Amino acid sequence: MNPLNLLILLPLAAVAGILAGAPARRLALAAGAGMVLLALLALVAYDGSMGGYDFLLSIPVLPDWGISYALGADGLSLMMLALTAVVTLCAVAVAPRQVENEKAYFSCLLLIAAGAAGAFASTDLFFFYIFHELALIPTFLLIGMWGTGERQRAAWKITIYLAAGSFVLLVGLLALYFALPPDLRTFDLTRLPEIVAASPIAEGSAKWIALLLILGFGVLISLFPFHTWAPDAYASAPVPAAMLHAGVLKKFGLYGLIRVAVPLVPEGMRVWTDLLLLLLLGNILVLGLATIAQRQLDKMLGYSSVMHMGYAFLGIASLNATGIGGTALLLVAHGLSIALLFALAGEIRQRTGSLDFSDLGGMATCAPFLGLVFGLAAFASVGLPGFANFAAELLIFFGAFGNGAPFAGFNTVQIATVLALWGVVISAVYMLRAYRSVFMGTTAGRCKGVTDLPFGSRWPLVLLVALLLLAGCFPRWILDRVNPSLKALPTLTAQR
Amino acid sequence: MSPILLEILVVSLGFGLLLAESFWGSKDRRILAWVAVAGIGAILLAGFAFCPADPVAPDARGFAAFYSADALALFFKRFALLTTLVVLVMSVEFLPAFGRSLEPSRPQAGFGEFLALPVILCAGLMWMASAADVIMIFVALELVTICFYILVSFLRRSSTSLEAGTKYLILGALSTGFLVYGITWIYGVTGQTTLGGIAQAAADPALSQPHLLFGLLFVGIALGFKVAAAPFQLWVPDVYQGAPTPVTALLSVGSKALGFVVLVRVIDAFRFNPELHAKLLGGVAVLAGATLIYGNLAALPQNNLKRLLAYSSIAHAGYLLIAVVCVAGPALGFYLAAYLFMTLLAFLVLTVVAEAAGGDEISRFNGLAARSPFLALALLVAMVSLAGLPFTAGFIGKFLIFAAAIEAGHWVLVTLGAVGVACGFHYYLKVVRAMYWKSADPSFPAIALSPGTRLTILFLIVAIFALGIFPQPILTLLR
Repeated sequence: MNPLNLLILLPLAAVAGILAGAPARRLALAAGAGMVLLALLALVAYDGSMGGYDFLLSIPVLPDWGISYALGADGLSLMMLALTAVVTLCAVAVAPRQVENEKAYFSCLLLIAAGAAGAFASTDLFFFYIFHELALIPTFLLIGMWGTGERQRAAWKITIYLAAGSFVLLVGLLALYFALPPDLRTFDLTRLPEIVAASPIAEGSAKWIALLLILGFGVLISLFPFHTWAPDAYASAPVPAAMLHAGVLKKFGLYGLIRVAVPLVPEGMRVWTDLLLLLLLGNILVLGLATIAQRQLDKMLGYSSVMHMGYAFLGIASLNATGIGGTALLLVAHGLSIALLFALAGEIRQRTGSLDFSDLGGMATCAPFLGLVFGLAAFASVGLPGFANFAAELLIFFGAFGNGAPFAGFNTVQIATVLALWGVVISAVYMLRAYRSVFMGTTAGRCKGVTDLPFGSRWPLVLLVALLLLAGCFPRWILDRVNPSLKALPTLTAQR
Repeated sequence: MSPILLEILVVSLGFGLLLAESFWGSKDRRILAWVAVAGIGAILLAGFAFCPADPVAPDARGFAAFYSADALALFFKRFALLTTLVVLVMSVEFLPAFGRSLEPSRPQAGFGEFLALPVILCAGLMWMASAADVIMIFVALELVTICFYILVSFLRRSSTSLEAGTKYLILGALSTGFLVYGITWIYGVTGQTTLGGIAQAAADPALSQPHLLFGLLFVGIALGFKVAAAPFQLWVPDVYQGAPTPVTALLSVGSKALGFVVLVRVIDAFRFNPELHAKLLGGVAVLAGATLIYGNLAALPQNNLKRLLAYSSIAHAGYLLIAVVCVAGPALGFYLAAYLFMTLLAFLVLTVVAEAAGGDEISRFNGLAARSPFLALALLVAMVSLAGLPFTAGFIGKFLIFAAAIEAGHWVLVTLGAVGVACGFHYYLKVVRAMYWKSADPSFPAIALSPGTRLTILFLIVAIFALGIFPQPILTLLR
């Protein structure tokens, strides 16, 4: 059977099993492990020689519209699927042992995972869209029922924001569909690039379609100024939900921009480059400063995840294969590192009961393992060499510097790149400060007698760190798989 | 078998119920209700098995010219039957409240009438689906409306029900007057009463357009009243809230859907005169915009679920009107089918929970997830589908309608619709929030569910998901 189909059906089957009464935690863990195995299997079995989609499957669902349940994966989607599987496994593994209404909790987590896997494995734009929406209500319930702090307000905000953003996206996708020649209209992602290459979308409509897509995807990725849902939601969400959402689901928007907006309406994207640059600088600089100002670790991580999306946008705004390749790598790297950081924050909260910097300090003496892993995660997040984030950000900066519209000597993309580089400094400031106030200095009252992570619970964190290091030392391995999908973009090859 | 036999069977069933009510004595009237459910179900199945589509021939004379049995009519006959079936199940759950507010000493007295009227009303709805003549439209509409006059104020000891009945009677009578007046103008200009005849007459460019438009304006007002389009929606919130809940469901699903069928048939009769047709659609577009804004914004502050559903029914009329403007028949039909399942599911759960918790306010649903996970899940599905989330029928409905609007380039309506969808998430999720986040008032009693109701709820949930994942069967039926 098709591995992609199994990858989507496995968590759904686990949900059915849990609702039918099987032990929730164990079944969820098994489903997560199964997903990792399937993703690995797909990575190994993938025949990348054509640089195209493999594991194709298509079941017509709405023939009147040419909509099918169509799956397929190329290098880029396989990376995203692997990320989904790994983060799902780790998220389920770090979930608390004792949780009220366990069935619903793990069902919601698995539904988010299934939605993300479905979105990344779909080659039909319709299913690509609706799989992402599958995660909306589980997120709403997870944050609202098991969250902390101002959970209800946060859950309310994220849901309304994402629902509205998704709807704008839907309008954009439909507009794209109707901008195609009537006899060639399709939602099939495997055919769309050829169709658009043969009969490009008129510039007038491409412009507005691109704007709708930037706004729609932008809300989902927390593009400045539509970011306000993210920090609150991530700070309030239960740890596994934050890991899955910030680590995987938020990447859907960027994946969509790479898959849909850039290849299909490149001219339209060019029109809005300057606007996008302005907004992404908002992400990097304005929200970077806001991150520094945070006094709570969970809020700070929420802001930092929003801030890093600015780099991802910069890679896309560069509109060339180097920059977009960097963004693709960043999707994986950031997904792993932010999931790791949220998992650590969860462990710290569980031990000390607070994430306020003023309550914490000196934890490294009693919990050296947590300290070590947090240090590594912080380095990864800042983008130190050796971690995947470094390679990704470097590619993005190179790509962005190499492209843009001329404007008084420097072009706008280059100016934006120069400004964006300061983001690295900003993230070093807040990450290292966070490390200092939690793990160094005199041991705060709350942190006295804190136990380190028991040996059996260490493997999810070790796995994430190992993958970050592996991807950081061998980024070529990922890029070799991702690049063929990007080189297939007609507009990008024309530019090189 | 001619489709008209279906209506005859339904009317016979209605009269049978009335007779049975007289001779039933003190026996349990729930048996009567389940007999009615079985009867309607049997007619529904018979309709699928024996009725082929049979559109009106252009040269038809006599009865054949004003009774159309095309695919659209058959689809909505089944629609009316299914709605009535669920409403009858709902009535059984409503029986305790019914007895309490009428004669506590004889709690089931008159319940047979409460069952017979929806059945007879159903025949009216089915007739409306087939009516291809303005007089027929009028007669069918009156049969439906008069049944509603009685049903809305059926709880004659309850002042809210009486108030609702009075409001519905006065505004309904007014709209009937508008309808007849409009029909006479149309007849005066075209000399025809059949829609086919009007279509041919209206194609003549020498026809006096102002007079025809004047007549159509009045017909439009009357139909706007039926489908609850702004600015003719004023009656909706109070009537919906005051009427017995099963009647509200029937009003919000059956009456609205068939109102749309008539609206589409009337507008379609002017298709041969493009100028006039465009003017009519322009008028509907204005109604659609106003309805979308009013329905969605007014729903936001509601904290009574029944009233919320009333406003949401106005909002959905707005989306449906977009489909009318875009002449998107399949989208309209599909949306109505989706609307049927999700609205009836919401009303069914509402009836059950309101009976147990003693009120319709959203706060009565607090902690329902812990009290009754099954009902909470059912209402979650209904709300999520009404809001238009994927994998539910409601999403496909919205998808088809917005696709039609985007294809036709109605960007103003698309924008208003998008704002409406965002508002929709807010007010539908309020219910989800109450069920899943809030903790229950310990004074709420446990909720008992009869097997028939449980089965109906399960069927509606499955239908919502099935149509959300495989929408093609409905679209095929509508072809």
